[in-house]
Amino acid sequence: MNIPTIAEMKLNGEQPEVLFWVGCAGSYDLRAQKITKAFATILNKLEIKFAILGKEEMCTGDPARRAGNEFLFQMMAYNNIQLLNNYEIKKIVTACPHCFNILKNEYPELGGNYEVIHHTTFLQQLIDDGKIKLTDSNSFKGKRITYHDSCYLGRSNNIYEAPRKVLEILDADLVEMKRCRSNGLCCGAGGAQMFKEDEPGDKRINTERTEEAIATGASIIASACPFCNTMLTDGVKNAEKEADVRVMDVAEIIAASME
Amino acid sequence: MHIIQQVAFILVVLIATGLFIKKISRIKRNILLGQDEDLSDHPSTRWRNVLLLALGQKKMFRYPLVAIMHFVIYAGFIIINIEVLEIALDGLLGKHRIFSGFMGHTYSWLLNSFEVLAVLVLTACICFLVRRNGIKVKRFMKRELDGWPRSDANYILITEIILMTLFLTMNTADRALQLQGYNGYHDTGNFIFSGMFAPAFQNFSSQTLIAIERTCWWLHIVGIFTFLNYLPYSKHLHIILAFPNAYYIRLKPQGKIPNMPDIQNEVLYSMQPELAPVNDPAAAPKRFGAKDVFDLSWRNLLDAYSCTECGRCTAACPANITGKKLSPRKIMMDTRDRAEAVGRNIDQNKEFKDDGKVLLRDYITEEELRACTTCQACVQECPVGIDPLNIIMQLRRYLVMEESSAPAEWTGMFGNIENNFAPWKLSPDERDKWTES
Repeated sequence: MNIPTIAEMKLNGEQPEVLFWVGCAGSYDLRAQKITKAFATILNKLEIKFAILGKEEMCTGDPARRAGNEFLFQMMAYNNIQLLNNYEIKKIVTACPHCFNILKNEYPELGGNYEVIHHTTFLQQLIDDGKIKLTDSNSFKGKRITYHDSCYLGRSNNIYEAPRKVLEILDADLVEMKRCRSNGLCCGAGGAQMFKEDEPGDKRINTERTEEAIATGASIIASACPFCNTMLTDGVKNAEKEADVRVMDVAEIIAASME
Repeated sequence: MHIIQQVAFILVVLIATGLFIKKISRIKRNILLGQDEDLSDHPSTRWRNVLLLALGQKKMFRYPLVAIMHFVIYAGFIIINIEVLEIALDGLLGKHRIFSGFMGHTYSWLLNSFEVLAVLVLTACICFLVRRNGIKVKRFMKRELDGWPRSDANYILITEIILMTLFLTMNTADRALQLQGYNGYHDTGNFIFSGMFAPAFQNFSSQTLIAIERTCWWLHIVGIFTFLNYLPYSKHLHIILAFPNAYYIRLKPQGKIPNMPDIQNEVLYSMQPELAPVNDPAAAPKRFGAKDVFDLSWRNLLDAYSCTECGRCTAACPANITGKKLSPRKIMMDTRDRAEAVGRNIDQNKEFKDDGKVLLRDYITEEELRACTTCQACVQECPVGIDPLNIIMQLRRYLVMEESSAPAEWTGMFGNIENNFAPWKLSPDERDKWTES
């Protein structure tokens, strides 16, 4: 894919409209890379002038901070803010709600002030502006889709409508789980749980959540977070429902339906 | 006779109020054992929170039926206390139904509305008793409620039922005396509810009726004063503390974790030593995170005392739902228990003497803390704006930064972030590899 880095752009004396913050999951995780590519494809198709930090991007420090390691978080924040400020970044879009929350809410008081947008909001704006056009026969028409709220998008930042609005243009059969929006149940990955085993209990959290999603009868579980995506994909695998149910990011669904 | 009752009443008022003020000032002292935190910004938003959350009980309405019953008990109990004002004035001045003299028809209208409320409160309390003990709602069956907390909830409901019954019985006896034309019990017009039983009461002699009326009057007012002094020992304290707790909510996006400026500066000075101030040897190194209630913010302790143990937080907690030990309600109950233990320690020893216990591990275990996904469902659910996650985070910070106590996977993750700038053991050179295919 042709994805310019900010360093290359700067070398040509150019400034991107928006910086695409890919995040660690989006960069390294094989499943999440597909989300990254889907979103980058949309940006390329719409000829939006964007750049990535490339090899210079670093973990925002989210899992370190939430595990309790404030030192490590502050080190990561310091380095990232230096980098972003040196490149005079004004606007950032990211497909990861954890990166989004940190960049938007936790970096400003450390000296990093940017306009930060989650990719679902970004997509909604593009739809509202009439820029995203779907093929007449998008493959999601009439399909049953249930959207899983990411904690760091929903409860953290009150973004409940944007991903739903984006899915609405598919003309699909959108169904809600009983625990949705501010009542949404966590996928089990937040608070650095992604990087460790569950504490002893009766059940894994992602199993509980995936069962609820499968019970809606949806053939697609839509997510807006690479970590939720991993947890729910695992849940679907454990339930042996891979043939019937797919977990897809909102960006992947849109990329697959665009003209 | 009247004068004895008056003196007795004044004594009851003085003792009850005095004890209440003493206990409340101890609770205030306990709360202020916490660290300073400035929460005085945006007063208009704060007053709005008081109106919506405390007075309007906005978040209770996430469960409408329960919310209506709760609102009835709350509003009923508060409004009926206007009647207590009359009772208190009667008691102090040795009068009987002092308001009826100048209020005329308004008086019977007012009393009738109190009676309607009293019956509604009575009904709602009975429903809640059945719900707690008969229907066995899951969140009321959790083990952190075993023992005193479960009894506490029942005592409150039973007390309210008794108080309302006394109030209505008093009115019935009063009305019967009015119908008998007994001197001093002037006609107030019929009472909408207790009036129905007055004809049956008329078979009693006037002396018996006076005895019933006086006994109910005394038990009712003494009951209220006793209940007032029970509050500070009970989860029921929330009827008072919900108000300051709503006012002092941290006004920030729910997902934002409070910054630690000390560490921010330490990192800054290590990166840019030229900015570092000349070392001040007097500046003692502060403890990172929280180990005991003294390290928490006063706001955390106010949260703990405001908790009414309803368990909406725990019912929404993904860790608890899937059988992990973590219960946000228990975090709050443990914090309050510890603050109370520290308070008693100070009362006994004039100052805090080390009792060999701390909040971390003696009350809240690492297993509980490590089960949290920081999903904020507990914060979202709390009707009075309590933030259990904030306490969990401070204890986690202590574990990791003061004790280097973390699960091995986390230690590995920290190492990866430090060395590879990603939580996985993957090279920074491969970060943009996805662009190649």
